[in-house]
Amino acid sequence: MRFLFKTDYDQDIRLFKDGVQKFWYALLGIVLLGLPLLLPDYLMGQMVFILIYVIVGLGLMLLIGFTGQISLGHAAFLAVGAYTEAIMQAKGMPFVVSITLAALFAGAAGLIVGLPALRLKGIYLAIATMAFGFIAEEVVTRWEHVTGGNSGKQLKQIDFFGIVIDNDTKFYYLALGLVVIILLGMINLMRSPTGRAFVAIRDSEISAQSMGIHLAKYKTISFIFSAALTGIAGALYAHKLQFISPEQFNLLVSIEMTTLVFIGGLGSFHGAIFGAAFIIALPQLIVFAKDVLPAAIGQQTGLQPTIFGLILIGFLIFEPLGIYGRWVKIRTYFSLFPFYRRGMFRRQKTYMKSDRLK
Amino acid sequence: MSFFKVENLSIQFGGVKAVTNVSFEVQQGEVFTIIGPNGAGKTTIFNLISLIYPPTSGRITFEGREITGMTPHRVANLGIARTFQNIELFEHASVLQNLLIGRHNHTTTKLWQELLFLPSVRRAEIEHREAVEKVIDFLELQHHRDSMVAGLPYGVRKVVELGRALCIGPKLLLLDEPSSGLNPEETDDMAFWIEDIKKDLGITVLMVEHDMSLVSRVSDRVLALAQGEMLSIGTSREVQSDPKVIEAYLGKQE
Repeated sequence: MRFLFKTDYDQDIRLFKDGVQKFWYALLGIVLLGLPLLLPDYLMGQMVFILIYVIVGLGLMLLIGFTGQISLGHAAFLAVGAYTEAIMQAKGMPFVVSITLAALFAGAAGLIVGLPALRLKGIYLAIATMAFGFIAEEVVTRWEHVTGGNSGKQLKQIDFFGIVIDNDTKFYYLALGLVVIILLGMINLMRSPTGRAFVAIRDSEISAQSMGIHLAKYKTISFIFSAALTGIAGALYAHKLQFISPEQFNLLVSIEMTTLVFIGGLGSFHGAIFGAAFIIALPQLIVFAKDVLPAAIGQQTGLQPTIFGLILIGFLIFEPLGIYGRWVKIRTYFSLFPFYRRGMFRRQKTYMKSDRLK
Repeated sequence: MSFFKVENLSIQFGGVKAVTNVSFEVQQGEVFTIIGPNGAGKTTIFNLISLIYPPTSGRITFEGREITGMTPHRVANLGIARTFQNIELFEHASVLQNLLIGRHNHTTTKLWQELLFLPSVRRAEIEHREAVEKVIDFLELQHHRDSMVAGLPYGVRKVVELGRALCIGPKLLLLDEPSSGLNPEETDDMAFWIEDIKKDLGITVLMVEHDMSLVSRVSDRVLALAQGEMLSIGTSREVQSDPKVIEAYLGKQE
């Protein structure tokens, strides 16, 4: 176990807490940059999907994990981003402009959803955002002269300052760059007063308010950022698939994205990344397992949703802190070896909250 | 101009008159305590001051400005901080982060600067930490600095909440039952801190409290309430010997 003696306020603020952490992240960076050399093309495609979902995950983590506002309608923001990108590209706009517009339009949609959210909490907010998701899907289907309706919309390859993104390796580097920029922005936000205000709202609205935090303002900011990030992911998603149609943005997609942050681990950026990797990798693993398993199980219909559901239930019961929570426990186990106790991470029950002001 | 003034404050919830025609003034630099049996409306008065409820009638003025009708988060910006009876800390954040949230109304940085974490943001963050460190020193919270609130014992949480309120840099501090749930030793510490807050930091304290030994030790003046109405106001000794107050607590003498 290593001890860190703090002698400077900057030690709490800086990105990496010490040289060891810096080393590991540098190593991770090198591996990520060299990944195209190691993986076949098909897996690079999957890596691109993971990175796109990481962007969605970061957006949702900001909203659900840090601000405590649930959303079951994020597929709508994905759709706004994707269709904005498709339409703007068709009008001949450069990629940098069109993806910025995708973020702005999705952010504006986030503002519209965020406003009623100021008055709703918990399950009611979930239902309201879900309703927004249905409306958005319906609009995309019916507004045929703009969105192409059920016949969908084609996209050309991205032209990034003259570089045509025509294979998965190039797409991977583009997405990786975006993820790094977004991640840095989010980390900066979370170590600033705004990020702390989000956390305050998540843990106790009433005391956040009495600390001088303008609840409506910060909830709206959170919704806008979350939606804008999902919009950026939507634009990339559209390019990756090269064809978009309304059924790609239905309720199941929203649920899948919300599940991502729960499985990854609420309240941490690591969680968004682990969750995204998990959500993309799991179907692949299931397909792989189908060949290995006996035919009676492997060829059953509905195998994938069943496994998916079981894993989600398993997480909620056994590891509410998600994959990241499990990772922290394993790390603690080794760093404290052999002094780890079983009850170390057990959550204390609080009996004081029964009559709290809501 | 009086420092803090409550005039004819009333609130009704449906047919229940929780607070009726309460008026009092708090002088700058004093410790003013509200006492009363359960359900007397003490916490309701606090919630009216923090604008969690809008009053049915009456007004509250702070440094000559009327605060009734303002948006709730403005109250903290004026320099009124509060604690809660049942502790409302940010559970899944460290003690340090909780205290830093108390510095929210001193935020000088803009959102776009924070996204880029410009040097000005870093400077502001270090300033916030220096201010918070003073409160940590004052309340002797050093060894809990980086602990998560969710894992702290009740007595420490109570102190953290007091610390968070102090981080606002208040002129008026509202303490809702600062000694509830504390053992005699911790209550003693709390009394010391309240005296220090008044003397060393020069902060006016308005508190609700049941522990009469604490009340008589720290309070300059006491207001007794029962069923939302004012019974008596004066020094701790005067109020405790007021027959109306004794009647409210113990019942009428046969």
